[in-house]
Amino acid sequence: MQEPHPPSSANARQLAALLLALLPGSLAAESITVVSWGGSYARACVEAYHKAFTAETGIEVLLEDYNGGLAQVRAQADAGAVHWDVVDLEMPDGKLACDEGIIEPVELAELPPGLNGEAPAEDYPPGVVSECGPGMLFYSTIYAYSTQYLKGEPPATIEDFFDLEKFPGRRGMRRSPLANLEFALLADGVPLEQVYDVLDTDAGVERAFHKLDSIKDEVVWWEAGAQPPQMLADGEVLMSTAYNGRIFNAQVLEKQPFIIVWDGQVLDLGGPLAIVAGTPRLEAALRFVRFANRPTSIANVAKYISYSPSRRSAVGLVNKHWETGIDMTPHMPTAPENLKRALQSDWRWWSDNRDEMNERFSAWLVR
Amino acid sequence: MRIKGPRATAVALTLPLLAFIGLSFVAPLGTLLSKSAYDPNVANILPRTLAALDGWSGGGLPAEAAFAAIAEELPKARQARTLVRVAGPVNRLKSGLRRVLARTARQVEKTEYAGSWRAALIGIDPAWQEPDTWLAIQAAGARFTLRHYLQALDLERRPDGDIGLRPEQSRIYVPLLWRTLLVSLGVTLLCLAIGYPIAHLIATSPPKRSNLLLLMVLVPFWTSLLVRTTAWIVLLQRQGVINSLLVSMGITPDGERLELIYNMTGTFTAMTHVLLPFMVLPLYSVMRSIPPTHMAAAASLGANPVQGFLRVYLPQTLPGIGAGGLLVFILAIGYYITPALVGGRSGQLISNMIAYHVQTSLNWGLAAALSSILLVAVIGLYLIYSRLIGIDRVRLS
Repeated sequence: MQEPHPPSSANARQLAALLLALLPGSLAAESITVVSWGGSYARACVEAYHKAFTAETGIEVLLEDYNGGLAQVRAQADAGAVHWDVVDLEMPDGKLACDEGIIEPVELAELPPGLNGEAPAEDYPPGVVSECGPGMLFYSTIYAYSTQYLKGEPPATIEDFFDLEKFPGRRGMRRSPLANLEFALLADGVPLEQVYDVLDTDAGVERAFHKLDSIKDEVVWWEAGAQPPQMLADGEVLMSTAYNGRIFNAQVLEKQPFIIVWDGQVLDLGGPLAIVAGTPRLEAALRFVRFANRPTSIANVAKYISYSPSRRSAVGLVNKHWETGIDMTPHMPTAPENLKRALQSDWRWWSDNRDEMNERFSAWLVR
Repeated sequence: MRIKGPRATAVALTLPLLAFIGLSFVAPLGTLLSKSAYDPNVANILPRTLAALDGWSGGGLPAEAAFAAIAEELPKARQARTLVRVAGPVNRLKSGLRRVLARTARQVEKTEYAGSWRAALIGIDPAWQEPDTWLAIQAAGARFTLRHYLQALDLERRPDGDIGLRPEQSRIYVPLLWRTLLVSLGVTLLCLAIGYPIAHLIATSPPKRSNLLLLMVLVPFWTSLLVRTTAWIVLLQRQGVINSLLVSMGITPDGERLELIYNMTGTFTAMTHVLLPFMVLPLYSVMRSIPPTHMAAAASLGANPVQGFLRVYLPQTLPGIGAGGLLVFILAIGYYITPALVGGRSGQLISNMIAYHVQTSLNWGLAAALSSILLVAVIGLYLIYSRLIGIDRVRLS
């Protein structure tokens, strides 16, 4: 009786079809459902290429939000009732879903060429391509604070995030082991290049959870990317991990006095855009994925939110923020200034171990 | 005995209702509960592999036939998109096997048969040369299993067949069940403490005022649960209404705002508020039927107000206390959105884990086992209650 039921896309689609049928002379437009991460990131994608895609193809894009994970994709592909056509997955999930056969493979060669006609295989660096499609944007999990509530000496390192004596107060963290285990090990003194070697051992995972134990009582867990800026603005937490683009958005559009601490950032790949296997709208979904992978589309996203294109030829297209005109370069997670102590997330490791880590994390959480 | 005439018509008239209850309540509940012990997926998807494993019991590696069978059945399952139904259960028995099965299913399609599937599979992933891998597949292939119940009770079957407690760090469900029961009990008592005077006030006020008071109870009752919960977030957070009020009145210094949310305080506050009408309404209906003359009579016979209340009024309201308590307690046991939103870490109750296993880990067997245990706990409490108070004395309205 208390589960909220958001209007399902099936209903929305039926309603849309009905309304269209009532309009005299209009063609019932084709539509696909695209699932993304909500908030300022989804907005950036809509502005950057959803609208242009609809204008070019006439295919309507219905947007839904989720907070990551493969559960719904698995359930839909398994039941054969697919209503999510394209899902903006996390890289490790993309690889696993590909192996499980629940998403359609997107061949690199079928994607649009680079800006100067480069073959996609040349234009995407090798490390960003998984078997079912390439990652499109670099984003980063960082931690941030608001100078409105954190006064005095500012935190500067990932160690400071775990230091409750120097900086007493609540911390916001994503309700997921992803990036949190890395933060914990970095703060516990593990060098950057050894993080995944340490995590690969049982003792290493224990060590990470042990470090998280030290702040567990002060952590407020978030799930949607839009939550951390809100919690920081409300002063509900003193510092919070967050996706860097969300903090950037609050900084430039809402003029929030947020500071990003880039030390110990976990640099990650967004995408691939995955097509759920068995969708009846495969052709439209494929067209959407190809459109989204155009260098111009990717670069446009980066003009709205500070995520850096993975395609080499798209990088040069990014300069000024679309709405405020500020220079995007220093806000990118890949800016040299921000990369001084950055960990590149190992999505292959996470693909192999996410299930196990999720299980341990959820058991640890309720203890 | 044959039913005839008007009686038959009466029975026939109840048939639609019975059919409705059967379809909308008994059947889904039964299906869900059966999932806690019955899972035919692996057996249906890997029949030849399981047949080839029949009789093998972990000594060394299984025969080539088993390797050949699984090399055929895994890619077939991947094509049919049913691989997830196998990979999930097998992975829960031995962590890491999801990726082994997925990777193997994908690689085998590209692999040429070169005389030995055993060598081919081990080439794809060394996990295939561990007997544990095969034991996990064999165990997941059993159609009937009690392992979900064992896990829900923090027990496990050891390799030697004995049943024992799980290692300490993975005992989570029993403590969680206790926490859920304690929180529910606490919320019930708080609702009683707050609801009793309110119900009394409404029942004894003149009609005009009592209608207004009743409306004040009912309006929140009719308001969406999510709206009420988020309203509490606005009220209780550090920069929220209550804290700001305390700071502006100089009661608490700005640096030491009270932590009223994302802890037990938040859970109890919001849950008590959300469930309060379920306590007030039954109490009110019972109290309204108690003639005020009873207390007057008690006073005239020499009872002081406390004696009168304890010996005359309170016993007459017991059915209302029972009904309200039962309602609030049973609803509280199943609540998870409110505690999850305002309770922080302490807001993790057993229903959150059930939701997690239904929505995220897709471990429906365990979710069903946890639900069954919760159901049994509620039925048990109900029986104790009806023995103590007598269910026929419960009055809902």
